[in-house]
Amino acid sequence: MNTVIFRAVAPYLTALMVVFSVFILLRGHNEPGGGFIGGLIAASAFAMYGISNGVAAVRRSLYFHPISIAGFGLLLAGLSGALSVFFHVPYLTGLWTKVAIGSVELDLSTPLFFDIGVYCVVVGAISAIALALEERQAD
Amino acid sequence: MSVTLYILMAPFLAALLSPVLIRFLGHRAVWLLALVPAFVFIHLSGYLPTVAAGEAVTGGIQWVPSLGANLSYLIDGLSLTFALLISGIGTLIILYAGGYLSSHPQLGRFVGFLFLFMGSMLWVVMADGLIALFVAWELTSITSFLLIGFDHNRAASRRAAIQALLVTGAGGLSLLAGVVVLNRISGMTELSLLINGGDVVRDSPYYLLALILVLGAAFTKSAQFPFHFWLPNAMEAPTPVSAFLHSATMVKAGVYMLMRLNPVLGDTAVWETVLPLFGIVTLVTATLLAVRQTDLKLMLAYTTVGSLGLLVMLTGFGSERAIEGAVYYLVAHALFKGGLFMVAGIVDHESGTRDIRKLGGLRKAMPITFAAAALAGLSMAGLPPFIGFIAKEEIYAAIGKGDLWSISLTVLAIFGNALMLVIGAALAIKPFLGAKVETPKHAHEGPVLLWLGPLTLSVMGLLSALFASYSNHFIISPMSTAVAGTGIEAHGVVAFHIGLPLLLSLVTIGLGIAIFWKLDTARLIMARVLHIIGWGPDRGFDQVVAGIVRLSVAITRVLQNGRMEAYMTSVFLVFGISVWLSLIHFGELPAWPSFPSMTFYEWGMMLLALLGLIAVLTAYNRLTAIVSLGIQGFAVAVIFMLFGAPDLSFTQFMVETLSVVILALVMTRLTLNKTDRRPMRETVFDFAAALVAGSAFTALLLAVVGVPFDPALSEFFSANSRVIAHGRNIVNVIIVDFRGFDTLGEIAVVMITGLAIIALIRVKQRKPRFEYELEGPDE
Repeated sequence: MNTVIFRAVAPYLTALMVVFSVFILLRGHNEPGGGFIGGLIAASAFAMYGISNGVAAVRRSLYFHPISIAGFGLLLAGLSGALSVFFHVPYLTGLWTKVAIGSVELDLSTPLFFDIGVYCVVVGAISAIALALEERQAD
Repeated sequence: MSVTLYILMAPFLAALLSPVLIRFLGHRAVWLLALVPAFVFIHLSGYLPTVAAGEAVTGGIQWVPSLGANLSYLIDGLSLTFALLISGIGTLIILYAGGYLSSHPQLGRFVGFLFLFMGSMLWVVMADGLIALFVAWELTSITSFLLIGFDHNRAASRRAAIQALLVTGAGGLSLLAGVVVLNRISGMTELSLLINGGDVVRDSPYYLLALILVLGAAFTKSAQFPFHFWLPNAMEAPTPVSAFLHSATMVKAGVYMLMRLNPVLGDTAVWETVLPLFGIVTLVTATLLAVRQTDLKLMLAYTTVGSLGLLVMLTGFGSERAIEGAVYYLVAHALFKGGLFMVAGIVDHESGTRDIRKLGGLRKAMPITFAAAALAGLSMAGLPPFIGFIAKEEIYAAIGKGDLWSISLTVLAIFGNALMLVIGAALAIKPFLGAKVETPKHAHEGPVLLWLGPLTLSVMGLLSALFASYSNHFIISPMSTAVAGTGIEAHGVVAFHIGLPLLLSLVTIGLGIAIFWKLDTARLIMARVLHIIGWGPDRGFDQVVAGIVRLSVAITRVLQNGRMEAYMTSVFLVFGISVWLSLIHFGELPAWPSFPSMTFYEWGMMLLALLGLIAVLTAYNRLTAIVSLGIQGFAVAVIFMLFGAPDLSFTQFMVETLSVVILALVMTRLTLNKTDRRPMRETVFDFAAALVAGSAFTALLLAVVGVPFDPALSEFFSANSRVIAHGRNIVNVIIVDFRGFDTLGEIAVVMITGLAIIALIRVKQRKPRFEYELEGPDE
């Protein structure tokens, strides 16, 4: 599998897939997509990058340990629900606000952060498994 | 929240602060930290006049309203006396701990544990809500585990800690069950209501069950025979812990429970038989064992067990006088035993040994300690003018009656008390009087932090007897009233009334002096007797634990045999058979489906899926099989798409891709034959298992689809997804909003699975270690 063509194309493909996964994540509330599926796409991107260019390269480019990313995601999802405590509504109640950036009005909500948390957990956990499996292959 | 609730939480806060304060201020920080329990003590003392007037104060907040669990407190004579003892002695213990472990690097942690324990214990006695009571009870088990095992580098210490945790933890589970039964019987969640509705419980057919469960908790915590063994072993803890746990707190929790529930469970034949029986057996056994010991702390520990037996006996004796006696004795015991433990600690700390045979003539070197020891020892021996004397007079007045039951109890109680006197005298006299014996360390008086505690407690034992009218009015009468459930006016004073109690006291003292004279001989005799018996509950505990470990190893070896095929086969078979059986049993077999009308491309995808399956079955090597499984998966994903479930299809695509990748990666790591040739027998069996599971799932799905579709949920989601959750993608809205809590659980599972798999991948192959390292008892 370690062909020159694959090795040369894989980084671009990975970048494209990660961008696409973020796109899928963000549009999830209204169109097919969301954190789970976005996370799976990104995880397969990293798995592919690992196969082509080696695990060390993926770990370097991820910077954080995949499990830390998953842990951060879980924390983010849990905290996004906890925000409701300041508004005296039950845990995980969706809260919405509008933020104006220039002329664009952006809907921000706790479900969005929750979904980002889901994304991070899936990316982190799956790529952690995939990378660990690929790593042992080497030794 | 009321002030009292904050005050009751203060020890937990102090537990957080103490490591920090001690790190910056050194061991002198205990002067500051001791202010916390002192403040609790002062605040609670403010309730004394109210409670003495016969009122009970309740308060608190709702905790889990749906379960009827409240964080509420009940202040009456019983809980207030206990709380004052805990916070008062707690103050002295914190100071003592600062002196005792002044140079220990982990003093901060130690004091923190002490505070945690103190807070839990306060809640045990103050809690009104049954659930809060249970939680506090378990907290005392856990915190005492931390305290007993504080010196965790020693095996004996670890063993004692685990033993205490297992014994009292088992009792805690019993308490939980008991609390649930009491709640089911009476429908009440608060003790303050329950103790006024005792008749409901007594008349219930489940009375005996509730009683056994509560006694299971009380007897383990209060170290009644045959559960007494953990208490002496817990002497492995540093002395401040022993002084605190075994004078006024931990071990008294069981007695507290019995006293608290006396109005509910008491006044029945069972209660008045079982309690005195266990109590008196414990008293006699423990005092006999105490005589045998030569270690100061162990002598004290066994007499503690004996005293607890006496208290249990009195609580169950069934007369108001006996309860009054129990209350006097409880207060007296807390004061003298706390003092004596601390004295034993000072002697150990300053002279380097706790062996009574190696101690003597310390009176000149340690005058203050000697004074404290003498005062406490005399109180323990039951001599006037100490509170111990009043307690003994009241006890004999209560149980000295004419019937056979009372006479036999009295005889045994005299025997036990005489032995108690022997130990008290031995502790107070032997190390200090007589000729000077050379000790491992050059003995001298300890610092003020050390002797302040025992001296205060010993003097309190004297003052509470001298000013008996005050202590009767504020402490003894309200507490007796709370225990008995009816008004009791206590009137014990230090005075000689010619009569039966005095006579019995004299007999006790005479017998005690006689045994004391021959203490060394008595010790030898006891040692010989025990050597002949050779087996006790302590050994039994080890055997039970080892047996449980062996059993679980055996079960584990059968169930977790490490063969993946066995796991999967059993899962599939159990699933398939249980689905088929329940479908047949309930007559819900689905009707044979009618032939669906589908377009040609839908048929095409179906065919593709089928081809994938055939490819899997006929694949020559494993990699081909995995990839072929992917064909089937992708075909299913397309089918999802065709039938209008884009999200599902999308996810299916990704899952299929990733599973092929990950399975292929796994395969490369396993050292397997390229091909998978197996005997015919195995193939047929696996085929049958697959057929059972697959057909069961098909049948289940058909049965589910056959039921008329209830559109309530999907209508709700499509109606509200846009309006409430501002999202058009219903699937996503359900995941992140409507069912957000489920998703939170799911991603936690994903994360944990990831961690577990990484651990599995990294683990090096090694021999399984199943041996349980038994750490036998010290003796």
